[in-house]
Amino acid sequence: MKLTKAKRNKLIYNIVTFALVIGAFLILQSMIANKTITRSLKGQLVPICCWIVMAVSLNLVIGISGELSLGHAGFMSVGAYTGAVVSGLLMHVYDIQDPTLRLVIAIVAGGLLAGIVGALIGIPVLRLRGDYLAIVTLAFGEIIRNLVNVLYIGTGDGRLYGSFLNKKLPEGITMLVDGAKGAVKIKPISTFTAGFILVLITLVVVLNLVNSRAGRAIKACRDNRIAAESMGVNVTKYKMMAFVTAAVLAGMAGALYGLNSSTVVPTQFTFNQSINVLVFVVLGGLGNVLGSVISATLLTILPEMLRAFADYRMLVYAVVLILVMIFTNNPTIRSFLNRLIAPFKRKETTGGDAQ
Amino acid sequence: MIFLDNLMNGLSLGSIYAIIALGYTMVYGIAKMLNFAHGDVIMVGAYIAFCGLQYWGLPPIVAILAAMVVCTVLGITIEGLAYRPLRQAASLAVLITAIGMSYLLQNVALMIWGANPKSFPRTFINSSILHIGGLNVSSATIYTILANVVIMIALTLFTAKTKMGKAMRCVSEDRGAAELMGINVNRTISVTFAIGSALAAIAGVLLCSSYPILQPTTGSMPGIKAFTAAVFGGIGSIPGAMLGGVLLGVIEIFGKAYISTELGDAIVFAVLIVVLLVKPSGLLGKPVREKV
Repeated sequence: MKLTKAKRNKLIYNIVTFALVIGAFLILQSMIANKTITRSLKGQLVPICCWIVMAVSLNLVIGISGELSLGHAGFMSVGAYTGAVVSGLLMHVYDIQDPTLRLVIAIVAGGLLAGIVGALIGIPVLRLRGDYLAIVTLAFGEIIRNLVNVLYIGTGDGRLYGSFLNKKLPEGITMLVDGAKGAVKIKPISTFTAGFILVLITLVVVLNLVNSRAGRAIKACRDNRIAAESMGVNVTKYKMMAFVTAAVLAGMAGALYGLNSSTVVPTQFTFNQSINVLVFVVLGGLGNVLGSVISATLLTILPEMLRAFADYRMLVYAVVLILVMIFTNNPTIRSFLNRLIAPFKRKETTGGDAQ
Repeated sequence: MIFLDNLMNGLSLGSIYAIIALGYTMVYGIAKMLNFAHGDVIMVGAYIAFCGLQYWGLPPIVAILAAMVVCTVLGITIEGLAYRPLRQAASLAVLITAIGMSYLLQNVALMIWGANPKSFPRTFINSSILHIGGLNVSSATIYTILANVVIMIALTLFTAKTKMGKAMRCVSEDRGAAELMGINVNRTISVTFAIGSALAAIAGVLLCSSYPILQPTTGSMPGIKAFTAAVFGGIGSIPGAMLGGVLLGVIEIFGKAYISTELGDAIVFAVLIVVLLVKPSGLLGKPVREKV
């Protein structure tokens, strides 16, 4: 079968993406086996996987569906809380001690609930456009954070107790979610392998969606809503599809993230966290999935590597962020850079961007 | 009586939001960008006023003026260094740069003034409590509401009557056409940033007079709320920012007083969502027609 050039480029892009991720996983696994990995990096492995999933899923909304969402951390917190509660429930009530099974069920549950929340939010929100959509997603993210702040869930003698606003729970039960203290007493069961599998699932889902009929419809809505609508594309349906898929993936990442530590607090999922993920997406390149993977990895490690500068690291991060944006987006600087690298470039490589 | 107390508090908080929201809405109207660093300019203004009062022993008025001057210079510098090179770039790139600028300001403030919260000194603004017919009103409340009214009138006159104000309206309507008519677009945008930042300094002082805890993150939450207020009223519209800010403040205080303290923010944002769903361009925003 003969492939067209565009299809071949897409195939190469996908193969490179998967090869890089799998290769990185194998190298890291062998490093763990040899014990040559540094402690700080080892502790970062699961969070890196979570942030990759977050970045790729947000890229689906922003880069591919073209809607600026500022509340992605909200879905992550839904996933994290659901994961923590489900895992605690399985352990205390249903007496399932196998951590892998609990992790899988918790991640699926986190994804499901985040997806439901995403659908509920998406129905009203996706009617709005541009900056208004951005502000409403921001508002939803803050509302979710406020609501989990006054949520109390506990379990005791085989039952689940919950209350909202006031802590009206019987004495002597095991608290799973304790208001502003967050989800407490979580047994950390996340593993790097689970994170890796989640990253693979995300890549398969997103790359397949992007290159499918639905993906082309989604991109058509992004590029010209009215033209797409007049060609018979159901804009709301496809935008919802992208939004809910992203919410499910973010929820799964959240569950994995939550089950990686012993507590989850509402302040972990503020507006700033949504912005962080947005930074991953924009620096990696809008619509570029591989770019999101790489930038999420590097930017998660970078603050850790800058620990030597302790006090200055966020400062350096901010300056780097501003400079990168100016250097990659200013037309004068860009053409100057292009002239610098032009002699080293082959003539053909101008066309055929992967996305 | 409690109702009236809450109403006064709401109006006062709302006036602060309104003054901040003006900065957002003017910059959005003219440069078509969300200046996320605006909230942190408030914080810088408050710190400068704090230093003026606490360390340099300046009289309150001079300290406020110093804060306004520093913030104006800061606003123009930020615009010139970070936003002007990106005038032609995609709006998302500018947004990320603004976020980077916000981080930068917060971290510079962290280095200079440290992470420990500072308590804002008492000035003539919040020195006394007035008794008006059984109502106990802090003088800060009165000054804040007064400042808001004065600023609103001044800005309305400025945009309607002066040459620069007309240039601003022109640039926000159609930048290309304004340039062809001989308006210096870059200078107009700089002036907009200068006015917005000077207002931010005033807002910072007023905010810290009512809520006297000052730390490097002081500006972010009021910044987000004021931004919400600007959208609520219809972003790009000056009376809209005023109305949105005041309403948001009143809703927040009433929500906290009558429904739930913890859910105050959630109520504010929920009202915002309902308004945007009913009227997608905000309360006073002009609906944008799409042309094919």
